[in-house]
Amino acid sequence: MPEITFSALAAQVFTGLVLGGILVLMAIGLSLIFGLMTVVNFSHGALYMLGAYFAFTIFGLTKSFWVSLVLAPLLVGTLGFLIERFLVRPLYGRSPDDPLLLTFGLSLVIVETVKVVWGKIGLTVDAPRDLAGAVNLGFMNFPIYRLFVIAVTAVVLVGLWLFLERTNVGLVIRAGARDALMVRALGIDLGRVWLLVFALGITLAGLAGVLAAPMRGVYAEMGVEIIIECFVVVVVGGMGSLLGAVVAGLLIGEIVSLTTFFAPKLAEIVVFLTMAGVLLVRPSGLFGEAGRAE
Amino acid sequence: MIRAGLPMLAAWIAAHPLVSLVAFFAVFPFLVPHISLATQVLTYGLYALGFNLLYGYTGLLSFGHAAYWGLGAYGTGIALAKLKVGSLWVALGAGLGAAAVGGVVAGFFCLRRRGIYFAMLTLAFAQLLYFIAFHLADWTGGDDGLRGIPLHPLWLPGVSVSLRSPLAFYYFTFVLVVLAMAAFKRILDSPFGAVLQAIRENSDRAVACGYDVNRVKLLSFVFSALFAGLAGALEGLRLTVVPVETLYWSTSGQAVFMTLLGGAGTFFGPFVGALTYLVLEERLSRFIEWWPIVVGSVFMAFVLFLPRGIWGTLTGRLHGQPGA
Repeated sequence: MPEITFSALAAQVFTGLVLGGILVLMAIGLSLIFGLMTVVNFSHGALYMLGAYFAFTIFGLTKSFWVSLVLAPLLVGTLGFLIERFLVRPLYGRSPDDPLLLTFGLSLVIVETVKVVWGKIGLTVDAPRDLAGAVNLGFMNFPIYRLFVIAVTAVVLVGLWLFLERTNVGLVIRAGARDALMVRALGIDLGRVWLLVFALGITLAGLAGVLAAPMRGVYAEMGVEIIIECFVVVVVGGMGSLLGAVVAGLLIGEIVSLTTFFAPKLAEIVVFLTMAGVLLVRPSGLFGEAGRAE
Repeated sequence: MIRAGLPMLAAWIAAHPLVSLVAFFAVFPFLVPHISLATQVLTYGLYALGFNLLYGYTGLLSFGHAAYWGLGAYGTGIALAKLKVGSLWVALGAGLGAAAVGGVVAGFFCLRRRGIYFAMLTLAFAQLLYFIAFHLADWTGGDDGLRGIPLHPLWLPGVSVSLRSPLAFYYFTFVLVVLAMAAFKRILDSPFGAVLQAIRENSDRAVACGYDVNRVKLLSFVFSALFAGLAGALEGLRLTVVPVETLYWSTSGQAVFMTLLGGAGTFFGPFVGALTYLVLEERLSRFIEWWPIVVGSVFMAFVLFLPRGIWGTLTGRLHGQPGA
């Protein structure tokens, strides 16, 4: 066990925020899509991975991380449009397992396509020069890039909150999540909203992938690893609950980070232990709305 | 005439499942180029069957069935290779026992939630086992897999049968699978089986009718794990190796894929699916390196356009309702 200095501990706590931030971006996308469309997007992880790979290629072409940061998620989001329109939409009205099955197959296709196009060896994306190095926060040194990730996550969350709470489209989304039939009865075309929400969720996944790339690397299994962590987050936080996604995401991020510090051997399975624990104590998750496709 | 013939044949087969099964698989090894392919159809078919019991008949979608397949394989393998058990039967029992324990534990946790959460939890459980197998290298061989599983001769009353020849092993598997299928049929035809299907159709209504739905679901889960575990054990014996990928999510995906391909909720669906999948894989993977992309695409196509699967569509079309 490393020496527990305050600054080392503080650094781990902040690292947990970074990890949590990535998880939150992913879980929110999953939760939004589920909340509105009752669709579980198994390919969320694969699209996160795609975001990282796109960033790699765009960076190779433009030599600019910033361009990659903006362009890669948009590309992934566009793919999201196509997926919703042509693969998920036809399944509306059928068993709720069907979109899960379909996106499962889709994730396999995406992962294998990536292996064919980019090869099976892991790739690297470097953080931009401006964000390299560490900053001295007084009580600890912390990599600037990671602070950047925390900042981006916070900005996105605030933006999302404003979007959902203060715009008309956001209102429709919230209403549609609560009672889709009624919204339709009021004459609102939910189809376009679904398209938007799906693409938005996917874009968030792509963004998470780009942000994670300089930290975790770019490799074909990254999608599977993250989707499992995401699933744990939504099981703990409750699907369809954005607050739950945020709290659970940050919580899991912190738990993993601190476990890595104090008991490294347990780090890989602590996620599962947490999930088991929550299941025993509060089966519906911390914030879940019991009864909703429970 | 031919057009009417195929659904009629399918209907006859559906009405006489065990006879058809025995008849077909008794001669099957002579219909395919390698006997090992035939044996794999049996083992993977049984694996998919276990998954099908849970998904097609009870309505619970599990994305982590590789866990029980893997527990069966590792249980049997470790008994033979590490614990130096001398009897094949005892080793199989160990594998089944491991799978059953896994089923009980996983079932206990995963069944606390329904629907999609349940699916996610089953995946998490399987991944947990994967990590454990990866790290307990002294027992499982870790990344290299469990190697050197001795295939002892089979002790039967009065005679000891060597399973070294592929054909002998095939018939050993064949007998066990037929027994398993008979058990499966018995489960389905029993009142318990009826409750299972009631749960699939409308779980809340089953509760309202007074059935102990949670207990039934758990039992179904454990049975399902047992079938998958037996299948995994047999495949482990066939290969004499248990690779760590046995527990990986893609192996879980294979069960889902084969069942969907063949037809969920049908008696033969899993075997039809396994046969189709393995034959296609054998034929195509030589020419196409990106074979998994084909698998995933076909899978999606089936979900979109042929959700009843091959066998389900064949039998369904005759009755206009879910077939055998």
